[in-house]
Amino acid sequence: MPIRPKSFERGRALTSAAISVSQLCHWYGSGTTRRQVLQRVALEIEPGEVVLLTGPSGCGKTTLLTLVGALRQVQEGSVRLFGEELHGAGRAQRQQLRRRIGMIFQGHNLLRCLSSEQNVQMGADLLDGLGYRARRDQAREWLRAVGLGDHLDKLPHDLSGGQKQRVAIARALAAKPALLLADEPTAALDSRTGREVVDLLKRLAREQGCAVLMVTHDPRILDVADRLLRMEDGQLFSQQLQVG
Amino acid sequence: MRLSPLTALASLWRARRIPLAWLLLTRQPVRLAVALAGIAFAGILMFMQLGFRDGLFEASVTVHKLFDTDVVLLSPRTNSSIAMASFPRRRLVQTMADPDVVGITPVNWNLLLWRNPDKRTTRSILTLGFEPGDPLFIDATVSEKARLLTQLGRVLFDARSRPEFGPIEAWFKQGRTVETEVGGTRVRVAGLVSLGASFGADGNMITSRETFQRLMPGSSPGSIELGLIRLRPGADAARVAKRLQEQLPPDVTVLTKAGFEELEKTYWRTSTAIGFIFTLGAAMGFVVGCVIVYQILYSDVSDHLPEYATLMAMGYKLAGLLGVVAREGLLLAVLGYLPAYVAGQGLYALVRSGTRLPVYMDPQRAVLVFTMILVMCLGSAALAMRRLGDADPAEIF
Repeated sequence: MPIRPKSFERGRALTSAAISVSQLCHWYGSGTTRRQVLQRVALEIEPGEVVLLTGPSGCGKTTLLTLVGALRQVQEGSVRLFGEELHGAGRAQRQQLRRRIGMIFQGHNLLRCLSSEQNVQMGADLLDGLGYRARRDQAREWLRAVGLGDHLDKLPHDLSGGQKQRVAIARALAAKPALLLADEPTAALDSRTGREVVDLLKRLAREQGCAVLMVTHDPRILDVADRLLRMEDGQLFSQQLQVG
Repeated sequence: MRLSPLTALASLWRARRIPLAWLLLTRQPVRLAVALAGIAFAGILMFMQLGFRDGLFEASVTVHKLFDTDVVLLSPRTNSSIAMASFPRRRLVQTMADPDVVGITPVNWNLLLWRNPDKRTTRSILTLGFEPGDPLFIDATVSEKARLLTQLGRVLFDARSRPEFGPIEAWFKQGRTVETEVGGTRVRVAGLVSLGASFGADGNMITSRETFQRLMPGSSPGSIELGLIRLRPGADAARVAKRLQEQLPPDVTVLTKAGFEELEKTYWRTSTAIGFIFTLGAAMGFVVGCVIVYQILYSDVSDHLPEYATLMAMGYKLAGLLGVVAREGLLLAVLGYLPAYVAGQGLYALVRSGTRLPVYMDPQRAVLVFTMILVMCLGSAALAMRRLGDADPAEIF
């Protein structure tokens, strides 16, 4: 049943860590209002590993996510994605790198004017060298994989919160990312749906050998993690998995 | 392997993506309808203003167009039909020496005062004098009636003259003898012709050169105001005109028929405010359209900013997203032009029947208005794109 996209083509990612962060510092503002949000953060995630990041709000989790996601310029320290250094990377290079990163947002951020199939195909369209039909078929397969095979033509407007989030997951995975970043994907969902979504996310990421970094406040889903990290005041700590 | 156009098309078809611009527009039908209504309105405004302008200029050459001629001779002092200067008739005869010239018609042309036989008021009328045996107009009915002019003091009256000249047509058709004064000399209407009023002349009448001399005692029999030159079939009028101009003394100007019409139009274009007024009207339509399209596209981009940011976060290039906005502009231009074109056709027909103004949808204007709408939509899209620069993918987490 599971779809196994042909192969994991990005050889480079297999030989090195998906993410490798060291001595990362970040500030917001300038002059007297300048405030440090990240302090010498170090982090490494292997391909296929699922890492959860928790911490109080305002501690810098999201900033870390945007830096790792090549959405923000690195100010100090080093962020390596699939072996490529992000510090000093230009806009075009970061845009190219982002094509290999899947992102799932707190709000689903689907395109309102596209059906779920078309939304997922926006992800598949990023793949080079595939014909329109092939990309559409992939989009359909991903939707089936997240259990929405019957909702291909529905607009986001007509889907429930959990369904929308599953479309968002399908869209992120359709671009065959080597790294998946998720920011509180269960925040808008009830506990049962949240559980389902996270399990699905983990299973599909595993099958693709895709590394996952997920920010969450939700204590009910911590057990999906291979590793748990906690952030406080811009510093990163390892945390023991609590059993039970 | 050579890439044929067909396989190139096929590969383009294979590489196609989700038609985002189309879907963005069509999934918001109300906004699309408003945008299209705005663009169509601007288009119709431009069609009407430019149509009126060109129609009015076209109306200034109503009579010019009727002449059966390829090349004309004018006095160099002539710059419009309301002030035709005279030149020696022998210049026209000289052109017969050219192998391409097959026929000539000397024409006298002046504005004379016509007395309304009913109300006794006078009004200026365009009077053409020619030898009744010569061909004058392309329409042969005038030549057939020309024999009525061989008798002195007879004129052919243009039934399409404005009503201020008196109920000539009605009286004539009742069988009454219609007599009146032109320039103080008695004339009798021998027949009716159908020419049409133009800008410079509210009415027209045709007479023989001999009668014309009577009506204008001051003019010399050897001078004319217009010389018509007919060429053998296949001759290049522009080349012959140039050759004649070089051969003849500088006391005449040689123009092609088109050049003759252009001279008249240029006069009205440069010496009246018509061109300015209607061009300004069209420009206002353009500006109104720009504002509407810009508003629509700007709010469209603003509304979808988080979605655009999401696409950027997914790895879509900014240039690609700018392309989406540009395609939206292009689609709006095409979709908005079509109703404007159709409505323009209908309104032109309405204007033609209502005002007799020769307003037609000529392809040049159709292309011009489309270009204006295209510039309007793409320009507005370009301005709306600046909003896209605010889409910061880092803000969406």
